[in-house]
This record gives sequence, structure tokens and C-alpha cells, in this order.
Amino acid sequence: MTALTPQDFDLLSNLLKTRSGLVLGTEKTYLLESRLTPIARRRGLAGLPELVAQLRMRPSEELLVEITEAMTTNESFFFRDTVPFEVLKTHVLPQLKVARAATRRLRIWCAAASTGQEPYSIAMILNEQAAQWAGWNIEIIGTDLCKAALSKAQAGLYSQFEVQRGLPIQLLMKYFAKVGDQWQVSADIRNMVKYRTFNLLESMAGLGQFDIIFCRNVLIYFDAPTKAQVLDNLRRQMPADGSLFLGAAETVLGLTKALKPVREQRGLYIPVDSPMALAAAG
Amino acid sequence: MMKSCLVVDDSKVIRKVARRILEEMQFEIEEAVDGQDAWQQCQKKVPDVVLLDWNMPVMNGLDFLRTLRGASLDRQPVVVFCTTENDMSHIRAAIEAGANEYIMKPFDREIIEAKFAQVGLI
Ligand SMILES: C[S@@+](CC[C@H](N)C(=O)[O-])C[C@H]1O[C@@H](n2cnc3c(N)ncnc32)[C@H](O)[C@@H]1O
Repeated sequence: MTALTPQDFDLLSNLLKTRSGLVLGTEKTYLLESRLTPIARRRGLAGLPELVAQLRMRPSEELLVEITEAMTTNESFFFRDTVPFEVLKTHVLPQLKVARAATRRLRIWCAAASTGQEPYSIAMILNEQAAQWAGWNIEIIGTDLCKAALSKAQAGLYSQFEVQRGLPIQLLMKYFAKVGDQWQVSADIRNMVKYRTFNLLESMAGLGQFDIIFCRNVLIYFDAPTKAQVLDNLRRQMPADGSLFLGAAETVLGLTKALKPVREQRGLYIPVDSPMALAAAG
Repeated sequence: MMKSCLVVDDSKVIRKVARRILEEMQFEIEEAVDGQDAWQQCQKKVPDVVLLDWNMPVMNGLDFLRTLRGASLDRQPVVVFCTTENDMSHIRAAIEAGANEYIMKPFDREIIEAKFAQVGLI
């Protein structure tokens, strides 16, 4: 089997950068090989160089999508990093409860929902407070580029390993049922979340405004200009008192002036002109 | 100060694996081979946490837990079940008897850390 040439690598990395924002250094060649060789094999090709040769000719949209999706990293956990979900519970939701008392409407967006652990964690938090939110219209929308991840999210089926990373046993008992050797999140919680495919590089205008946006552990894969662009676009999808949660290794600093971190609320970012900021600064 | 963990399992291999993981997590480890052994040790010195298997000879994990929770000790340890029993009825029985968390085997360091974080041990 022949190896990838530098030209092959460039073709693939340009393709991925354009289609999903993913930036790959040459040290990640092994990742291209391990994730894409199976796609080549399924098409009866000897290996990745042969697949790249096809890409040079007339690649079908289907193949391009398959390659883009295969290169996504879908790892997620329930209540990932704990703190952001505590901040949501103790800080963001109580403020919105007051701020939206007139409309009784809340829109929450998980912009890199992957296999669903994040939107379901939020849904469980809200369900635990169900009495407080009676009569409210609450939407949770989970989007991702990767269709395979979203169909797993929709099914709500998780392995024993997955339900033991971050999910308290009380919540497993309350909201999950054992199905074969997997665990399925209850229909009540599943029905609280609507999924659709969406690419963060596209225009977000059609999605409407969100009070809370989770965009966690996806910007890390992008280069700085792409991160900046996505952050500016996210800011436009929320009102001045909206909240944005980023992953533990992500920030707005040095990327946009439209958003700023909230002191003592790790992972939470708000518009620079947020009235919540004034409240937080005391 | 280092926190102490009593690892209760009739399998020597499991005790060894758990010890290695927990020592890396800076816990001081004692071992017990069944529920009765564990109960005797708890009467002398209450650990911060008990990592507890279910099926063991002499006294099983659930009976140990009931005895422990019914006793008037200086303090009650955190109890994390760690067992191959992985159906809802076992989980419920364990939590009702006073377990704080529940690990379904097989486990690894990531799961132990996640569960110990859950109950505020780390
Ligand atoms: C590591 S997961 C993060 C899941 C979850 N937010 C969390 O923090 O656990 C990253 C997700 O981002 C998605 N993704 C990558 N590039 C994307 C893009 N351009 N648009 C939308 N989703 C993208 C991937 O498909 C993957 O499911």
C-alpha cells in the first residue's frame, strides 16, 4: 500500500477545513489514515491514496459528506465538566426566569450536540425543576454536522460506560431504562430536545434567537479566524442578556470583542453589553 | 490529609486493580475480602469511603451496607457499590439501603474518578 503524499494531505486538509472548519496538522496524518481507510475499502479501493485520487476527479457530494463526518470527534459526556451545568442551574436559569417572566419562553441551543449527552443533561436539569417552569414554553435544539451522531442522540441509547461518566446514579434511576445491554433515556426527556443537522460555518440567521447557547468542545478544532467568525455569529443569535457556554479549553479572549467571560462562572460568556454583566459585577 | 478507602471484594485481582487506581488518586487503601471482614474493620476505624462489591461469601455487600447504616458509628463513610449487577432493581436496592453511588463493572480509572467526583470525594 502506498503512503499519502504531501499533495494528498493538502487536498484532504483543505477539504476538511472548507467543509467543517477542522484544522489538521501533518502530525495527524495517522488520523486521516485510520478514519478514512475504511471508507476507501468500502468502495473497493486499496487504500487512502486511491480515495484521494477519486477526490481529484469527480467526487460525489455523498463521498465528501462521508469523509467530513468520519473526521469529526463525537466524544461527549453527561454533565461534562460539571461546573457549566451548575452555573446554568444556579446562575443563568434563575436570572432568565425573572427576565423572561412576561413571555414565559426559553430557547436553548446546543450547537455541537453530538450524541446528545449535553442537551439531555440540560433537559434533565429543567425537568428536575419542572414545577418552577410549569406553563413555560421551553425549546431545546440540538444541532451537529454529523448525522450519525445525531441519530444516536435521537435514539438516546448509551453504553454502560457512557452512563457512568458524569451522570449521577439518581438521574440514571429516574430517567433511564435498561434496553438489552444499553441504557435509554426516557421518552419524556427525549421529547424535550429537537435535533437537526447544522454546520456552524453556515449562516445562523434562520435559526432565530436563543437565550442560552452551548457551543462546547468544537471551537478547539478550528483555526483562530474561524473561531472568531463563529463566535461573532453566535453573539448575533442571542439577545443582550443571553448566555454562551464554551468548553473548558475554549475562550473568547483574543478572538472577539462582542463577548466576555463572566468572573467566577467558569465556561460562561456573555455579550459585552449584557445587563447581566452589570448584575454580576455588582 | 490523604483520604482512606476500604476496598471490599472477594476477588484478589479486583482488589489489586482498584488499589492501583485509588492509590494513583492519592487514597490510602485498606482491603477486605467479604462483608464481615469489612464490617469488623469499620468498627475499628471508619474509612472515608467504602468501594463495595455485591456478591461475596460469608456476608454480601448489601447485608454489609444495611449493617453499616444501622450502626451508630462516630461517622458514616461514603459507600460506592462496585459490582457486575447492572439491572435497575439491584441499583434501586443499593441506593435504598444507603449507597451513595453505584459503579457497574467493568470499571476503569475514568469511571471511578467520575463517581468519586459525584459524591464529593475529589
Ligand atoms: C467533541 S464533540 C462535543 C460534544 C459536546 N458539545 C460536548 O462538549 O461534550 C464535537 C462535535 O462538534 C461537531 N462539529 C464539528 N465541526 C462542526 C461544524 N462545523 N458544525 C457543526 N458541528 C460540528 C462534531 O460532529 C462533534 O459531534
